[in-house]
Amino acid sequence: MATADQATDNQLMNGADILVKSLVDHDVEVIFAYPGGASMPLHQALTRYKDRIRTILPRHEQGGSFAAQGYARTTGKPGICMATSGPGATNLVTAIADAKLDSIPIIAITGQVPTANIGLDAFQETPIVEICRSITKHHFLVTDINDIPRVMKEAFYVATTGRPGPVLVDMPKDIQNSACVPDWDAPMELPGYFVEERTAQPEQIKQVAAAIKLAKRPLIYAGGGIISSDSSDELRELVHKTGIPTTMTVMGLGALPNDDPLSMDMLGMHGSAYANWAIRDCDLLIALGVRFDDRVTGRIAAFAEHAKIIHIDIDPSEINKIKEAHIPIVSDVKPALQELNKIVEPKEDIAEWVEQCQTWKRDYPFKYDTQFEGITQQHAISELSRLTQDRKTIISVGVGQHQMWAAQFYKFKDPRTWMSSSGLGTMGFGLPAAMGAQAAHPDALVIDIDGDGSLQMNIQELACCYCENLPVKVLLLNNQHLGMVVQWEDRFHKGNRAHTYLGPTHHAEATGDGDTKYAEERYPDFVTIAKGYGIGAATVRDKADLVAALEEMINHDGPYVLDVQVPYQEQVLPMIPSNHTVDDMIIE
Amino acid sequence: MRHVLSAVVQNVPGVLSHISGMLASRGYNIDSLAVGETETPNLSRMTFVVVGDERVLEQVRKQLEKIVTVVQVDDVSAHEHVERDLMLLKVKSPPGGQRSEIRELVDIFRGRIVDVGHDEIMIEISGRETKIEAFIERMRPYGITELVRTGRIAMVRGRNDEDASTDGPQLHDSSIRKYLK
Repeated sequence: MATADQATDNQLMNGADILVKSLVDHDVEVIFAYPGGASMPLHQALTRYKDRIRTILPRHEQGGSFAAQGYARTTGKPGICMATSGPGATNLVTAIADAKLDSIPIIAITGQVPTANIGLDAFQETPIVEICRSITKHHFLVTDINDIPRVMKEAFYVATTGRPGPVLVDMPKDIQNSACVPDWDAPMELPGYFVEERTAQPEQIKQVAAAIKLAKRPLIYAGGGIISSDSSDELRELVHKTGIPTTMTVMGLGALPNDDPLSMDMLGMHGSAYANWAIRDCDLLIALGVRFDDRVTGRIAAFAEHAKIIHIDIDPSEINKIKEAHIPIVSDVKPALQELNKIVEPKEDIAEWVEQCQTWKRDYPFKYDTQFEGITQQHAISELSRLTQDRKTIISVGVGQHQMWAAQFYKFKDPRTWMSSSGLGTMGFGLPAAMGAQAAHPDALVIDIDGDGSLQMNIQELACCYCENLPVKVLLLNNQHLGMVVQWEDRFHKGNRAHTYLGPTHHAEATGDGDTKYAEERYPDFVTIAKGYGIGAATVRDKADLVAALEEMINHDGPYVLDVQVPYQEQVLPMIPSNHTVDDMIIE
Repeated sequence: MRHVLSAVVQNVPGVLSHISGMLASRGYNIDSLAVGETETPNLSRMTFVVVGDERVLEQVRKQLEKIVTVVQVDDVSAHEHVERDLMLLKVKSPPGGQRSEIRELVDIFRGRIVDVGHDEIMIEISGRETKIEAFIERMRPYGITELVRTGRIAMVRGRNDEDASTDGPQLHDSSIRKYLK
C-alpha cells in the first residue's frame, strides 16, 4: 500500500509531509483537523496535498474526533482526526475512549512539543500517549523521523484489523520539521500482534451446527461485530436458512432489516419485551460479535440462564469475560458464518418457538400514546422513519431518551446507516458524527436525531456544517430536560429534580414544580441560534404541522435544525432497571 | 489460587506503564511484578504473581496478550519451575555482640554478607518466597534497619524425559524470529 510514487523516490521530505503522504498512500480522503502551534507543520503539509485529501475544520477538537468516528462507522474505513498538543490533544480523549468501547477504527494524530521540551512542562504540553494508553488499541510517540512510514503503516494495520479500535500517533514538532529520505517499504514491527490466526476451526463450526441441530428454542444475539466485519449478508443467510429468530444489540441494528419477520429487534434495558423474553426462554443462544454488556444483560446470572451459549468473537478476552460460553470460538465472525452456512441445516422443528416469538412480537410491540394531542418524541421519529424509508438515509443520535426511541422506532434496513455512542454513551456525539458521515456520503440524507441536552454539547459544529457545505439535518426533540435522568428521577427518586432542567433555574420546572406537560418558557431559542450560524431552522409544536415540517427539513438545501417541541414526561419503555432481570421489566 | 505469569514484551518506552496501568484499572490483584531485559536486547521479560481463580487468571492473561507490545504470555506455574526472590537487608550488629550468631544464620540460609558497617551489616539472600520470609523472621529480633526485595522471577525447568514435548511454553517461533532478524 505505502509504496512511493516515482516522484518522491529518494527525495528529502520533512516529517509533516511524510506523515501526510502516508495518509494519501492509505487512501485517506478526508481528515478532521484543528490546527495549533504544535501541529502547524502538519497543516502546512495538508495544504500541499489538498487535491488528494480534504481537510475539514471542526469548531472543537472533540467535534473533529467524533466526525472521524462518523466517517469510520458509516464506511468501515479508518476515520482520521488531528489536533495540536496539550488542550487540542486532551479534547480528543472522549472520542478516543468512545471509539475503544465501540470498536471503531480511528487514527488520532496529535502535535507534540519538540522532543527536547518533552517532560519540561512546556507550553501546551500534555503526555497524551500516557493519558490515552488504556483507551487506545495502540499508541505511538514518534521520536525518530525515520520511523514515520513504519509507524503509520502499523497504525492503519492495528486500527483496522482484528477487533478495530482507535490508534494515537503523537508527533513532536521538531520531527515534523526535520527532514529525511523516507523508507516507504520499512517493514512493520508488531511481534505481539496476531490477528491472522483468529479463524474458527472446522471442528468448532461442526460443533455449532450440531448444537443448532439439537436446539428446540434457538436465538441469535447479533452485535456490532456483525457490522464491523461486514457480515450482515452472512448473518441474513444464516437466519433465512435456519429460520432462527434474531435479536440485535444497539450496535448491531441494521444487521437484519427491521421488517424481517425473524427480527426480534433490539434487546436489553430498553429493548423489546419480545427480545428479552426470547432471551429468557431460549435453549441455545448464538452470540455473534457481542460482549454481554450490562445494558444488554441486566443481572448477569439470570441472563439466558437456561441456554447453552455459543460465543463467536474476534477478541479472545471477550470470551468468558462476563458469561461463560459452552462453545467459545475466537474468530472473525465473517469466515465463521461463511463456513457455518455451508453445513448448517434448516430447522424444521422450531415452528412452535418461532410462533411464540412472533406472537410476543405482535402482542407487545414498541408503542406510545398515539392519542396525545401534541407531538411525542416517538411519533416524530416514527414519522421521520416513514418519510425517509425510500432514500439512502443515515441516522446518528446523541445519548439519552431520544437515542433509545430512535433505536426503537426508526426502521433500520441496512448496516452502517445507524450511529450511536453505545458503550461510552457520550452526549454530543450526534451532530459531529453526522458531519463525518455526510463528508463520506455527500449524496446521502444524514440526520442527527438529537436531544436539547446532547445537541448543546457540540452545537458549535453547526458552523462546520455551514462552512464546509455538509448539509446535515438535526431533528431536535426538545423537551427542555435531560430526559433520561428525569425518567430515573421520576421512577426511583420520587421526582426530585436534581439539575436536570435546562432552562433558567427560577423556572418552576427546575424544582420539578411545573404543572404542564411542556416546559413552556423555552430556552434557548434554537431557531435563532441556527440562523446565527447561517443555517435553516424552524420550530414545530402542533401535531398537524409535523409532516410538513419534516418534509421541509428533508428537502432543505443545506444544513437544517428542526426544533420539535415535545413534552417532558414521556418515558422510554420497556425498561429493565439496572441489574434487574427480565421478570422485573416495566412494560406500561 | 496463586499463579506466576511470565510475559515477553517489546522493549519500548511505556510498556511497563501500559501493563501496570491495565492491571490496576481492571482491578487485578498482583502480588509481585519484576521486569528485566532478556538475552535479546529488543525484548524484555515481566514476571507477575497473580492471585485469583481460573477465571481471573484467564482474563489477566488475555488482557495482557491483547496489548500490542506484549509478544507472549505463559503461565509458568502450570509447569515444573524454579522461582526466586532476591533480597538485600540491613540488620543491627554492633561489634562483638551477636555478629557471629547472625553469620551462622546467614550461612544456614545460604545468604551472603555483602557489607559490614560500624554497627550494622548488609546481607544478600535469594530463594523462594517462603525462605525469604523465614529469614526475615529470624533477623527481626536483631533489629532490621532496611530491607529491599525484587519481585519474583521464575523459569520453567528443562525437560528430563523424552516425551515431555508439551512441557513448558514455546515461543511463537515464526513471529519472534521474524522480529529478531
